[in-house]
Amino acid sequence: MARTSKDGSMDASAARRPMVVILPGAVPLGQYAKDLVHHRDLFFALAGRQLTLRYRQTAIGAVWVVLQPLLSAGILSFVFGSVADLPTDGIPSFIFAYIGMLAFGAFSQAIQGSTTALVSNAALVQKIFFPRLLLPLSRTVSLLVDFSVGLAVAFVIIVANDVSLGPELVLMPVFLVFILMLAQGVGTFLGSFAARFRDFAYITPFLLQLALYASPVAYSASAVPKQYLTVYYLNPLVALLEAFRWSLVGTPFPSVAHLSYAVGASLIAFVVGVVTFEKMERSVADVI
Amino acid sequence: MSSDVAISIEHISKTYRIVTTRERPTQFRDALLERARHPLRRVPREDFRALEDVSMSISWGETVGIIGRNGAGKSTLLKILSRIVGPTAGRVNVYGRLGSLLEVGTGFNPELTGRENIFLNGAILGMKRREIRRQFDSIVEFSEVERFLDTPVKRYSSGMYVRLAFAVAAHLNPEILVVDEVLSVGDAAFQEKCLGKIDEVANEGGRTVLFVSHNMSAVQAICSRCAVMEDGRIVFDGDTSAAVSKYLSSSSAEGSGADGVFDLSGVGRSSGTESVFRRIELRNARNDRSSQIMMGEGLQVRIDTRGLAVPQHELAVRIVTEGDAPVTTVNTAQRPLEVLEPGLAQELVVVDFDRLPLVPGRYWITLILRERSAARKEHAALERIDRAAFFDVLWSDVYGSGYSMPGSRSKAGLMFAHSVWQIEGEGRVVAVTPQEFSLAGDAHLS
Repeated sequence: MARTSKDGSMDASAARRPMVVILPGAVPLGQYAKDLVHHRDLFFALAGRQLTLRYRQTAIGAVWVVLQPLLSAGILSFVFGSVADLPTDGIPSFIFAYIGMLAFGAFSQAIQGSTTALVSNAALVQKIFFPRLLLPLSRTVSLLVDFSVGLAVAFVIIVANDVSLGPELVLMPVFLVFILMLAQGVGTFLGSFAARFRDFAYITPFLLQLALYASPVAYSASAVPKQYLTVYYLNPLVALLEAFRWSLVGTPFPSVAHLSYAVGASLIAFVVGVVTFEKMERSVADVI
Repeated sequence: MSSDVAISIEHISKTYRIVTTRERPTQFRDALLERARHPLRRVPREDFRALEDVSMSISWGETVGIIGRNGAGKSTLLKILSRIVGPTAGRVNVYGRLGSLLEVGTGFNPELTGRENIFLNGAILGMKRREIRRQFDSIVEFSEVERFLDTPVKRYSSGMYVRLAFAVAAHLNPEILVVDEVLSVGDAAFQEKCLGKIDEVANEGGRTVLFVSHNMSAVQAICSRCAVMEDGRIVFDGDTSAAVSKYLSSSSAEGSGADGVFDLSGVGRSSGTESVFRRIELRNARNDRSSQIMMGEGLQVRIDTRGLAVPQHELAVRIVTEGDAPVTTVNTAQRPLEVLEPGLAQELVVVDFDRLPLVPGRYWITLILRERSAARKEHAALERIDRAAFFDVLWSDVYGSGYSMPGSRSKAGLMFAHSVWQIEGEGRVVAVTPQEFSLAGDAHLS
C-alpha cells in the first residue's frame, strides 16, 4: 500500500479504494444510486424489450392499444352515462370516459406491471445482478408509448366533437407524472411482497377494480353526495384525474387543497414504495 | 495485503433459515391464518449455513479455481461476489469491474430476434450499448448464426441458441470474471470453445478469473491457484494440483464416482436382462483408487461381478468420449483368456490398460456382456451398461516442453502422439526436433 501512495503512477485498476463493497443487509442508497446510473443502458434495453414484445406478439399490434380504451370508454359511458345518468361536467359522456380511461389505464397498467415485474423475471433475478428497480421502472416508462397513442386518439375525438383544447394542455404531462408516480409507488410496494407471497398478484386486480369505481373515471365527482366528499377525496387519484381531465377538456379544476393533498400523497407513495423495494430487493433472489 | 488485490473476501457467512416441519407459507393468507391460529407458536426454523467464515484474497492476474462437491457453497459464494444475494455477515471489497457468468443465455427472450437479443443480453450482462455496437460484428462472427440474425431465437436450434448466448457472454469484458459451471451445457466441442475463451481471458494479463467447476482437467488446464470448499468452508487454498488431490481424497462417498468407485447395483441396464456387473473401481498408475489419470498413464478397471462364466461369456469394455464417440473397445475374444482354474465363480475382473494416449477430458466406460460365439457373429447383449463409469484425463507435460493443449480436443483430436520433425533443404537437415524433448516425453510415459 505504501508503494502505491509513494509513486502515484499505478494504473487505475490498482486504485486503493474498492469499487464495490459488499456488506450484509440492504444496499446503501448511495451505492444503489450509483448502480442505477451505471445500468442506465439496461433500463432502455428492458423498456425496449417490453415495447417490442407488446407490439409484435399480437396480430393487430398497435390497433389493440387504441381499441382497448375505446371499448372500455364505450361501455363505461353507456353504464354511467346512459343507464345511471350520472353527470359528466357538461361534456359528452363518451369523451369524459375516454379521457378518464386514458389516465386510469396508464395508472392501472403501471401498477400491474410493477407488481409482477420481479416474479415474471425470476430467472434473471436469480442469475444476474442489476438494480431490481429497473424492472418495474422500465415497464412503467414503456407505457408512455401506449399512452401517446391513446392521447393522439383523444385529440381526434376531442376536435371531432368541437370541444376546445386550451393552453392548459401544457400542464397535462405534469399531472400524468404524478399519476404514474402514485402508481409506481403502490406497484413497487406491492411488488416487494409479491415476490414472497404470490397472492399479491390476485389482490392487485381487485384493488384496481375498486379504484375504478371509487375514482371519477366515467362520472363526475360532482355526483358524489356532499357528506362523502371528504372520504372520497382521500383517494389521491380523484384530484389527479380531475386535474388531468381539466388540462384536456377544461372540466372543473379540483380545489387547491385536494390537489396539494393528492400531489403530496403520490410523492410519499413513490418514495415509500421505492425505498421499501430497495430494502427488500437484496433478499429477493433467496425467496423468489 | 499487497497493493495488487482484485477481490478481498473477509469472513463471509451466509445463513439460510429453513423451516423444518412443513412448507413455508407462500400464500400471504396462509401466513396470516397460521399466525392467527397460533399467535404464540414460533415456527420451528433451523439455520442452514451455506457459507461459514470464508476469507480469501485474490490478486490481479490470478486465475483461481473453486472446487468442491455439490452443496459445498461454491455457487453461493459466486452469487455473493456477483451481488445477486447478500451475505449474512462479513465483507467483500471488489477493486474492479466484475462481470459474472452463472448461466449462459439467461435473459434471452425467445420472441426477439438474434440481433435484438444480442443487445438485450449484452445490456443484462452489464455491457454499455456503444460497447455492444462496437463488438457486434465480432459477436456475430463468433456465434456463426449471421444468416439467422433477424429470426426470432425461438426458431433456433438449441445449438445455435447456446452459441449465440455464449458469443455475447464471451465479449463481456470485465476486469474480474466470475464463471460458474456454465460449461456443463452444450456438446464437447462447445465446452472446449468456452474453455479456450476463458483461458484466453485469463492469459490476457492483469485480468482476474474465478472459475467454479467439477471438471478437474479444466481446472487444471486453466487455474494457477485453486480453493477446495467443503460444507461452506474453504478447507484448502493453494497450488492447483495439490487442491485437486485434496479434493479427490476428501470426496470419499462410496459410489459417487469421484473417487473411482461406481456402484452399479442400482444403475439401469441399457439392454439385456442379466445383472452380472456389480461395481466398478478405477485405479491409476500408482494403484490408487481414482477416476483421474494423467495424460499417457495407464488405467486399471476392476469390475466386481456375480455369476460370470468366462468361457461361455464374452466381456467387453468400451471407452467413449463425453460426446459418445467410441475411443476403443477391448474384449475377452481379442485375446482369449487362458483358464487356469475352471469351475470357480469369477468374482473380480481386472482389466489393465497399459497406456492411454488420450488428450485431457472426460471419458466414459461402457460394459457389455455377450454369449461367446464360435461363429463370430454378433449376439444381442446379455447385459450392457452404457456410461457405467467415467474418468478424467488430466494434462501432463507429455512432450517435455511445457506445451499444453488448452481445451481444443475438437481440433487436436482424441489422441496425442509423439513425432520427430526434420526439415531438409539443399540436401541438408536444416531443422530438427531436439532429441531430448521426445526422450523426456518417452521417459515420462514408461
